[in-house]
Amino acid sequence: MNPASLFNALPGAVAQGLIWGIMSIGVYITYKVLDLADLTVDGSMATGGAVCIMLMLNDWNVFLALLCAMAAGMLAGLITGLFHTKMGIPAILAGILTQLSLYSLNLAVMDFKANQGINVTKYQLLVSQRNVRTLDLSNPIFITLLVLALVIGVLYWFFGTETGCSLRATGANEAMARAQGINTKRAKILGLMISNGIVALSSAMLAHYQGFVDVNMGRGAIVIGLAAVIISEVIFGKLFRNFALKLLAVAVGAVLYFLVIQVVLWLGLNTNLLKLLSALIVAVFLGIPYWRANLAARHPRKGGKEHA
Amino acid sequence: MLEINNVRKTFNARTVNERVALNDITLRLEDRDFVTVIGGNGAGKSTLLNAVAGVWPVESGSIVLDGTDITSLPEHKRAALLGRVFQDPMMGTAASMQIEENLALAARRGQKRTLRPGITREERARYRDMLAELGLGLEDRMTAKVGLLSGGQRQALTLLMATLKKPKLLLLDEHTAALDPRTAAKVLELSERIIQENKLMTLMVTHNMKDAIRYGNRLIMMNEGRVILDISGEEKKKLTIELLMNAFARASGETFVNDRMLLG
Repeated sequence: MNPASLFNALPGAVAQGLIWGIMSIGVYITYKVLDLADLTVDGSMATGGAVCIMLMLNDWNVFLALLCAMAAGMLAGLITGLFHTKMGIPAILAGILTQLSLYSLNLAVMDFKANQGINVTKYQLLVSQRNVRTLDLSNPIFITLLVLALVIGVLYWFFGTETGCSLRATGANEAMARAQGINTKRAKILGLMISNGIVALSSAMLAHYQGFVDVNMGRGAIVIGLAAVIISEVIFGKLFRNFALKLLAVAVGAVLYFLVIQVVLWLGLNTNLLKLLSALIVAVFLGIPYWRANLAARHPRKGGKEHA
Repeated sequence: MLEINNVRKTFNARTVNERVALNDITLRLEDRDFVTVIGGNGAGKSTLLNAVAGVWPVESGSIVLDGTDITSLPEHKRAALLGRVFQDPMMGTAASMQIEENLALAARRGQKRTLRPGITREERARYRDMLAELGLGLEDRMTAKVGLLSGGQRQALTLLMATLKKPKLLLLDEHTAALDPRTAAKVLELSERIIQENKLMTLMVTHNMKDAIRYGNRLIMMNEGRVILDISGEEKKKLTIELLMNAFARASGETFVNDRMLLG
């Protein structure tokens, strides 16, 4: 347990955390804004990378490839949305169905190979692990921060528009949204598309960063996303009221998550046990509000009076 | 004008719990009608309002509002013509959104939602004036989350939202039942004021006979999914609880025993 090795690993953890932070913002949109648990992300977190890398291997422009990756993610969200709203499948199950079918589709995109590498010297990648300790504009931390700012800016604008407000209303109170003339089915589909588009963007960036796309790279993505959302709420929940700051807090939550993982690994945890650890942490944090409510119900505060 | 023609709705069809909630009901409302709806539990009062609002499809019959056949329109499309206030104060507003955001959502009922701003500066000024008229002090809390408001404040806000964009028909579904008597009276007075000012056609369900007699120009009583009593004009002005109960007994062949309706 050499402190220097931990210190050396920190820039990588921050870069990865920021990339996953973009994904976590996608999770935030479905989980917190729309009040849907969308498991599509475990699939679309590989789809974006697969589409982007394969297009670039076919000499597509990097930005065009990134856009196509996002479009593929949005398509995945559309499918989940249609399963949910047009076929009446519960949202969780709809997401699982899309996620499962994406596994096959991702393999098909990747020429039926479990992974596809891309050479950083031969292709113009947006971000790369190789530059994580360089101190210039090619540093992935810097570039990811730019993308993050762009994503947060666009989302901040969008959720302030009439359409964006209708999405928030759908998540806040569906009956009220319909009574106010909002097509809640369409709102949910749109939200799922936006969310998965962002997840796919993050996926493409992660593939760039690590220099390859792997068909399993999205496994457990929803748990990491939820962890980031929960960490952000625990730490910044009372502090940030502004929507843009809340999104930023989610990204910070993802960075903190990766820093903690890095420390745990440094302390000697077997890498294979990481997912178990993540799941348990998320389970405990999801349980806290429930325990708190039970506790409050058993020991009501004295002097409180229901207001009329 | 609202025309409800032979509308039928059965819950839990073809099961042991089958219940005919609307039994080929027919009802016609004129443009200025303010109709109070009373009846015992399970008489079909709320079901009638939900049928008009399109919460679920009806089995047969037709509903025509202002010349438009809305029988098969989805709920969110009918919303363009309707203003609704629910029994549960939680139901009519989005708790996690600001007061002004809730109003802005309501102001766009029946309009296409575009990528223009969800709320503008002119709107804020207009909402401030409207909230000030309510006299609840909400005009100084426009960016507060609605979840922080009391039940009465939320119902007043919902009422404002339901009529911000003038509806063809206002549906009030026991909207004061969850409030304490004093707040309920205030919200009812506000309802009447808004209805008079905007000349709204209104269907108001209530459990309270006194309120049903006091408000509106017409009273209907429902039983087993049908209208069994329809009183309007001068006759309604002379109504008393006693007369109403006798009328119910005659019309339905049973006595009207329901503590909640007598005491309410």
